[in-house]
Amino acid sequence: MTSKEKIVKNKSLQTNGSGKIAKKSNFSSSNLSSLKKNEHLNLFRKMYLIRQFENACGQNYANGNIRGFLHLYSGQEATGVGAISSLKDSDYIVTHYRDHGHALARGLDVNRSMAELFGKKTGLSKGKGGSMHLFDASKKFMGGHAIVGGQLPLAAGLALSQQYENKNAITTCFFGDGSTNQGIYHETLNLASVWNLPILFFLENNKYGMGSSIERVRAGGLDFFPAMDTYEIPSMEVDGMDVIAVKEATKIAREKIIQNKKPFFIESKTFRFVGHSYADGQKYRHQDEVKQWEQKDPILVYPKKLIDMKISTNDEINKIKIEIDEIISDAVRFANESEEPNLDEIYDDILAE
Amino acid sequence: MPEITIREALKTALNEAMENDEKVFIMGEDIGEYGGAYAVTDGFLKKFGSQRIKDTPISEQAFVGAGIGAAAGGLRPVIELMSISFSLVAFDQIVNMAGNLRYMSGGQISVPMVIRAPTGAGVQLAATHSQSFETWLAEVPGIKVVCPSNSYDALGLMRSAIKDNNPVIFAEPALLYGSKSNVPDEYFEVTLGEANVSHKGEDITIVSYGYGSKVLTDSVNKLNEIGISPELIDLRSLNPIDYEKIILSIQKTNRLVLVDTARKTGGIMSEISANINEKAGEWLDGPIVRVGSKDVPWPYNKTLEQEVLTDSDNILDSIKENYGI
Repeated sequence: MTSKEKIVKNKSLQTNGSGKIAKKSNFSSSNLSSLKKNEHLNLFRKMYLIRQFENACGQNYANGNIRGFLHLYSGQEATGVGAISSLKDSDYIVTHYRDHGHALARGLDVNRSMAELFGKKTGLSKGKGGSMHLFDASKKFMGGHAIVGGQLPLAAGLALSQQYENKNAITTCFFGDGSTNQGIYHETLNLASVWNLPILFFLENNKYGMGSSIERVRAGGLDFFPAMDTYEIPSMEVDGMDVIAVKEATKIAREKIIQNKKPFFIESKTFRFVGHSYADGQKYRHQDEVKQWEQKDPILVYPKKLIDMKISTNDEINKIKIEIDEIISDAVRFANESEEPNLDEIYDDILAE
Repeated sequence: MPEITIREALKTALNEAMENDEKVFIMGEDIGEYGGAYAVTDGFLKKFGSQRIKDTPISEQAFVGAGIGAAAGGLRPVIELMSISFSLVAFDQIVNMAGNLRYMSGGQISVPMVIRAPTGAGVQLAATHSQSFETWLAEVPGIKVVCPSNSYDALGLMRSAIKDNNPVIFAEPALLYGSKSNVPDEYFEVTLGEANVSHKGEDITIVSYGYGSKVLTDSVNKLNEIGISPELIDLRSLNPIDYEKIILSIQKTNRLVLVDTARKTGGIMSEISANINEKAGEWLDGPIVRVGSKDVPWPYNKTLEQEVLTDSDNILDSIKENYGI
């Protein structure tokens, strides 16, 4: 018996439902047909918006309009879009510093997001946060956070506030595989479990914490979800390149959290097509690996599937692309033309009244 | 006007807040079943229930972070750390998260939260439980830091701290929980950021806070005996610092002594010294004198610990030496 089989067997012995692993969700025609055409096109629209936003960010980093660290989400769109499409407006979202994708998937203003990256007064955080700190509290989007793993207890606290006030809502916390070796990851899983917090732990496993492959830095293999048994948190693995699979998995997870009043854990296997940050030469991984994952590029695979299944047409897909390209060039123009913050704003927003 | 201990004052303020505002809850290690390491929340679990009096795992980073999240979500958590030395374990959450959240979100988020923590040496708890990191935390913009030296301030400051819409570090001198002083029956608050001239005098302005203010009170008679009339200022707040009151006092005395029971180097008094030099140096007739505890890890042995800790003799000796009295 392999160790993996052992884990699975142990799980099947659990009777309290705590460590049960749902089956891996797969891209199949059955769940494709569970959505309306318009929903499919909206998922594509969001993913393509993110990809083009990131492409524009790259260009504007190269020409100096964006500075500091810039971490692009290209490749992981199916994960962010799929997950957030299954959340409600009343749910909180907390994420890591690769946050553009989640922000746009949540519907944060594209112009103000781009303006924030340009450091402008019209930015979501008035130019004080930058790429790693996108916030829109009115949409319960509680930030991009840049200390690896540091956002986890913040999310637990937001979930605590929902539990305390008997809200019928959850908090979703996105984090990467890099954060799983931080003590705070384990502390937060434990706290959320013993307090039965309504939180969805959403691991975006893109296999690399900056330049370190998880194979080099993690004891316990490449799968994270089996370890959730230790914390008595039910978990699920999902193909993170498959937007429908992620959407369905998140829908199930949200229902379980509300119904069982317990946390849930999703591990989404995904991949970033670009470097860790813009200035990354990617010496730590082979281009063959990147090419292999590019075969699963959701921006290409998903619309092709929609066309093959006669859910949509080439013309409709192209029309969406043209619309989005225009939105992105408008956003870049808006950011460019926006004013710099005033110097006297340096002392604003430190303390609340 | 009843005489109560600092412990009772804190308990009164917490009890009031819990009764008056359902968004207030308390969490920390062993604050419920056990009643709190310093018994401040003794009896609270029975009265308010486990939903609002939350015992936490020994996970300072996680429950401080969760407090920040709960505050960002609209609640008003009061978090107890068993020692301010343990704030180091949660430093990322306190400094990076609580201190920066409002600024990096462009003012969208506020963190109305109090972190209570016993501070200071003198009870033989050795190197890792005797430090005074309120002095480090006072450097962080976006966080307020207060520390009472008597029951009146403990009650008044805690009332204000819980109502404040920002993270407030509430350092409680470990040596003073049982110290008694008068508190009026009528409701009052102490505004965060206002120092208190606790003793009027003419010759030297002496500034301190927390346990240091208690040491200063003990020095008054000794100073009077050698013909010095000291004016004592109790800071009460380390961030912000009430420079106006200090400057007003040195305009009268023209001398400034800064007393800290934390380690001397790199503490809050170094900062005050530099600032007063810049803002009001022309009013001084002699050097600014700093008195602080010795720059060593805190020893366990009682005689050694007392030797390291600032006392009234250290203050007297420094004044005599520096002002040639």
